[in-house]
Amino acid sequence: MEKDFTLIVFSENHVGVLQRITTIFTRRGINIESITVSQSELRDVHRYNIVVTETEERIQKVVKQIEKQIEVLRAWYYPKEKILYQEIALYKMSVDAVKNGVSLEDIVKENNARILTVESDFIVIEKTGHKEETQALYEQLQPHGLLEFVRSGRVALMNSQKQFKDYLKAPELGKRISEEAVREYRYK
Amino acid sequence: METATKKKNKIDSATVSGSKALIMALIEEGVNTIFGYPGGAIMPVYDALFDYQDQIHHILTRHEQGAIHAAQGFARAKGIPGVVFATSGPGATNLITGLADAMIDSTPLVCITGQVASPLLGTDAFQETDVVGISMPVTKWNHQVTRAEEIPDALAKSFYVAKSGRPGPVLLDITKDAQIESCTYQYTPCKEVRSYHPIPSLDDEMVNQAAELINNAKRPYVLFGQGVILSHAEEELKEFIEKTGIPAAWTILGLSALSSDHPLNVGMLGMHGNYGPNLLSDEADVVIAIGMRFDDRVTGKVSEYIKQAKVIHLEIDPSEIDKIIKADVPVLGDAKTSLRALIEKVKPNQHPKWLQRFKDCYELEYEKVIKEELYPSTDLISMGEVIRLISEKTDGNSIVVTDVGQHQMVACRYARFLKSKSNITSGGLGTMGFCLPAAIGAKFGAPDRLVIAVIGDGGFQMTLQELGTIFQTKVDVKILILNNQYLGMVRQWQQLFFDKRYSATEMINPDFQTIARGYGIESIKVEERDNLDKAVDDFLNHKGSYLLEVIVGKENNVFPMVPSGAPVAEIRLE
Repeated sequence: MEKDFTLIVFSENHVGVLQRITTIFTRRGINIESITVSQSELRDVHRYNIVVTETEERIQKVVKQIEKQIEVLRAWYYPKEKILYQEIALYKMSVDAVKNGVSLEDIVKENNARILTVESDFIVIEKTGHKEETQALYEQLQPHGLLEFVRSGRVALMNSQKQFKDYLKAPELGKRISEEAVREYRYK
Repeated sequence: METATKKKNKIDSATVSGSKALIMALIEEGVNTIFGYPGGAIMPVYDALFDYQDQIHHILTRHEQGAIHAAQGFARAKGIPGVVFATSGPGATNLITGLADAMIDSTPLVCITGQVASPLLGTDAFQETDVVGISMPVTKWNHQVTRAEEIPDALAKSFYVAKSGRPGPVLLDITKDAQIESCTYQYTPCKEVRSYHPIPSLDDEMVNQAAELINNAKRPYVLFGQGVILSHAEEELKEFIEKTGIPAAWTILGLSALSSDHPLNVGMLGMHGNYGPNLLSDEADVVIAIGMRFDDRVTGKVSEYIKQAKVIHLEIDPSEIDKIIKADVPVLGDAKTSLRALIEKVKPNQHPKWLQRFKDCYELEYEKVIKEELYPSTDLISMGEVIRLISEKTDGNSIVVTDVGQHQMVACRYARFLKSKSNITSGGLGTMGFCLPAAIGAKFGAPDRLVIAVIGDGGFQMTLQELGTIFQTKVDVKILILNNQYLGMVRQWQQLFFDKRYSATEMINPDFQTIARGYGIESIKVEERDNLDKAVDDFLNHKGSYLLEVIVGKENNVFPMVPSGAPVAEIRLE
């Protein structure tokens, strides 16, 4: 059964690692729904959050292939319930909406959003939350002159106290997820 | 004044061009053979190489594809990384097939490509290609160097990555300005990369579970692949099967890891493998897969493959576990270490009845297929009888390099091998044109051994320009063309599965004898059986390269055969 999975990947901050990771999806015809890359808590380690809808079996194989890349330090995959995550969305509205009697203020309050800026001819609303929430606001605003809409990729944290740094210590480096996937996911 | 001069000399001796640093670093890695082809963007490297001709033998091939296949043959025969030089743009793109081949067959290579000067990157400069981008999916690791000072460390990492863990090809793309500019030379071999863990630690619990399954098995069965050769575990494999009495079958890349005449060697797996090894995989209760990856040519229909058996998978690459066949007991680690640990834990045993089943299957296969192939009753010469003659006359001591197609399957089925690293073929990628250059490389890697290139008339014409390399280097390669005037394997499929509609498979061939003569290679063409035996003698005993062309049955087929996508139990003997 296909499910929403978030892959969290830690890699060296080198040219080309992103392409190495994305070709693993391309080769298997898997569409990446969103991807964000940033520095992690360690200055010289980069962190990827990749969102895909796939079966767990395929995702396990993909994660092993990602781990296999020389410059990838570690990779995990999580179902939604095992992570804390957010996305940010920006909505640019024409001021005509207000002139036409739409109460943007009420919509913003109901949706726990905020007004980022008000210019002479447009207003920008910002909403942080899960995709369903930013999408719901989109549906509400769309009929009233939505000029521009953008949603970020997912940023996610693991729902545990584990620190990535712990895995960088030499002996721990030997226990990578692909080995764990073999041992833990199947035998616990 | 004197001190100042001394000081200056000292700095000079440590300050070298990027190109010189590259050559010095290659020498420190023990490289003495390089296959390559020069061009604009790699000229400074070739210029630096000029001063080191006494230490590095550069073999000028006739095409970059020839260079990389030669490096593959060298690596497979010698067990160390093959090194390739090529220029930017077309030089580098011509390496792609070889990289893909080396990637899928786990062959260690370090390929150095020249690149346009760094200010020109991304400008569509002359002979500029995004080589790092293009080669990414077909390299274990690749990297672009734009500064001379990075060269020694990048090269050290390249060798470490190429040869450690599951080996593979590495490509290092060096911009022309990095080759020219000066750097302080210092070389430290790479011993680890923090993000890379080449050999998983052995899990004793898994070894115990594996040993228990093996000790209680009624019909255990070993399938082994190239992992045995790559981890130098030939002795351990032999000891393991001898202690446990388990019959062992091989993938074509595993061929020669276990002597052909070993009583527990039951033969070849897969589409054109032996009858018993395929059929009886459905009866084994415990399958021990060692350093192999369950290629679809081995498994046939995956959903029906060895589904009754408990599977123990000895594998160095965690991504291979459960990729195709679920392992009940995955034993991660280097095959040599894992087998050594298993040998300690398994009980001495014998399985005479089970082994007899393989022998019975062989008898049947011999009567229905092998006898006619090795001793044909018709006038037409068969591929099998040529291979048999060569094996008999060389006592299984030669290196046999094959191309792809019918002759490859026949050679793998019937050639006898007594030594490891004796079978070199393009397995996973199935690259026609691999054989001739790979055989040249194999001879440079194993100069004391007889190297025989077995090629079809189709594959020969894909890289026959490498006869020029033979001509120039005088390397001794025996070339056997098994000429059926068809792309035989495709024709066989057309006959069996496409109503004999022979679309684009007939070859109207040139005169290979004349071609050989042009390259100064002695040759003979055999069309009748009466002339074959002597011709094979001349072929094997000739000093230097020799081309033997044998006209074989035009529409002969390779059997047994598991039809594509069918379960292995549906293996056909005719």
